[in-house]
Amino acid sequence: MEQFLGWTENPILLVLLSLGQILLVTVVLLLAIAFLLYFDRKVLAGTMLRKGPNVVGPFGLFQSFADFGKFVLKEMIIPAGANKTVFMIAPILATTLSLICWAVVPIAPGWVVSDLNVGVLYLLAMSSLGVYGVIMAGWASNSKYPFLGGLRSAAQMVSYEVSIGFVLVTVILLSGSMNLTTIVESQTGGFWNWYAFKLPTIIVMFPMMVIFFISALAETNRPPFDLPEAESELVAGYQVEYSGTPFLLIYLGEQIAITLMCAMTSVLFLGGWHSPVGDLGLFDENTLAGLLGTGTFESLIGAFWFALKVTFVFFMFAFVRALVPRYRYDQLMRLGWKIFLPTSLVAVLLISGYVVYTSAAAA
Amino acid sequence: MNELQPVLLNYLPVIIFLVIGLGLCFAFLLVSTILAPSKPDPEKLSAYECGFEAFDDARLKFDVRFYLVAILFIIFDLEVAFLFPWAVSLGTIGVFGFWSMVVFLGVLTVGFIYEWRSGALEWE
Repeated sequence: MEQFLGWTENPILLVLLSLGQILLVTVVLLLAIAFLLYFDRKVLAGTMLRKGPNVVGPFGLFQSFADFGKFVLKEMIIPAGANKTVFMIAPILATTLSLICWAVVPIAPGWVVSDLNVGVLYLLAMSSLGVYGVIMAGWASNSKYPFLGGLRSAAQMVSYEVSIGFVLVTVILLSGSMNLTTIVESQTGGFWNWYAFKLPTIIVMFPMMVIFFISALAETNRPPFDLPEAESELVAGYQVEYSGTPFLLIYLGEQIAITLMCAMTSVLFLGGWHSPVGDLGLFDENTLAGLLGTGTFESLIGAFWFALKVTFVFFMFAFVRALVPRYRYDQLMRLGWKIFLPTSLVAVLLISGYVVYTSAAAA
Repeated sequence: MNELQPVLLNYLPVIIFLVIGLGLCFAFLLVSTILAPSKPDPEKLSAYECGFEAFDDARLKFDVRFYLVAILFIIFDLEVAFLFPWAVSLGTIGVFGFWSMVVFLGVLTVGFIYEWRSGALEWE
């Protein structure tokens, strides 16, 4: 956005510019999710020695688009006993809220829809609001399974929200900023400068990344924490009464939230758009970058690394789903409140002590 | 007001994003209302209970522990919200700021230990 600040006198141009950026982000994100879903199913199939989706398009690549078409063409059933307004608002809320979180995610140098100075806080706020979609869906259905599923899911999301918050604080402590672009820029250099691996804080920050990852699984109701839709007891949790497009919207909202969590893991701990081995001198005047213009080329490379990292974290999401059995609800709550919360609290103290005393020693 | 404007301008794309997100959802729903069949009947519209008729009202009593979790969440989320500005400004407030927060977190930890001991975190 910085290079366009001169345009701010003309509000229409500014609106058009951000409109274009937003449409680009949305379209690329939805396409990426279509293929990530396919990837997810292929990984699950691979671990079970099945073939997975392989009919629609070459290697089944267009499976997600066929699924999309099917959802849209199916009948929308709104139960007679449901609170119809809330029942319809819930899926819209789920998708919209997780979509607008992407406004602050820095994809490459300078490629961010809105470079908020309180980006981390914005993300925390928006993903907290996501609980409303679940609660509303569960309550408005006026049916027993959705009600129980909604309660469980809300309590679970809320519990892990706390440890996610503490983990975010540790990253803010190290970077000294809530702006996500600044957080990524403070991890410049090779992978030894990423917060997950940087010495000497690796002792605390690597476990913090693991906690963030596991909490992200719980926050997005992914296996092994998919208790809200434990099909053996609650059928499909809060989504039981949904069909057709409203179900599609809930599902899409969940997938966008999962992708967002993958992006957050890469931005906060894995250096965002930075390559693992430094910049390799690619951005000198007399290389390929000189021909294309350094800025654009750097952004393209950055977007490539970012996408690669997101895909890698997503692969971990898919792999965990295939390998780990589902948790019991009491185990889930014990993990969240009795292990993650005290651990991340201690980590906040350790990191802040480290930051204060190293900067005091330097000054 | 004039100093505020660049900050507010940062939020303009968020508002536009919100409008586009809502538009996308409504577009999907609109396409679905036009293309999808709609043949409701009383059985189809009844609440799903694995093939049985719905027994009684779905507005059940539920376990009070869900309330407890919500209340605990409020305490700790407020704490996190309080930590955010402290974390950003720790470089300027230095050692004094650090120890003040240690005292604050210590008080909260006492509360947390009390919750733990009184069994608020137990799920059978």
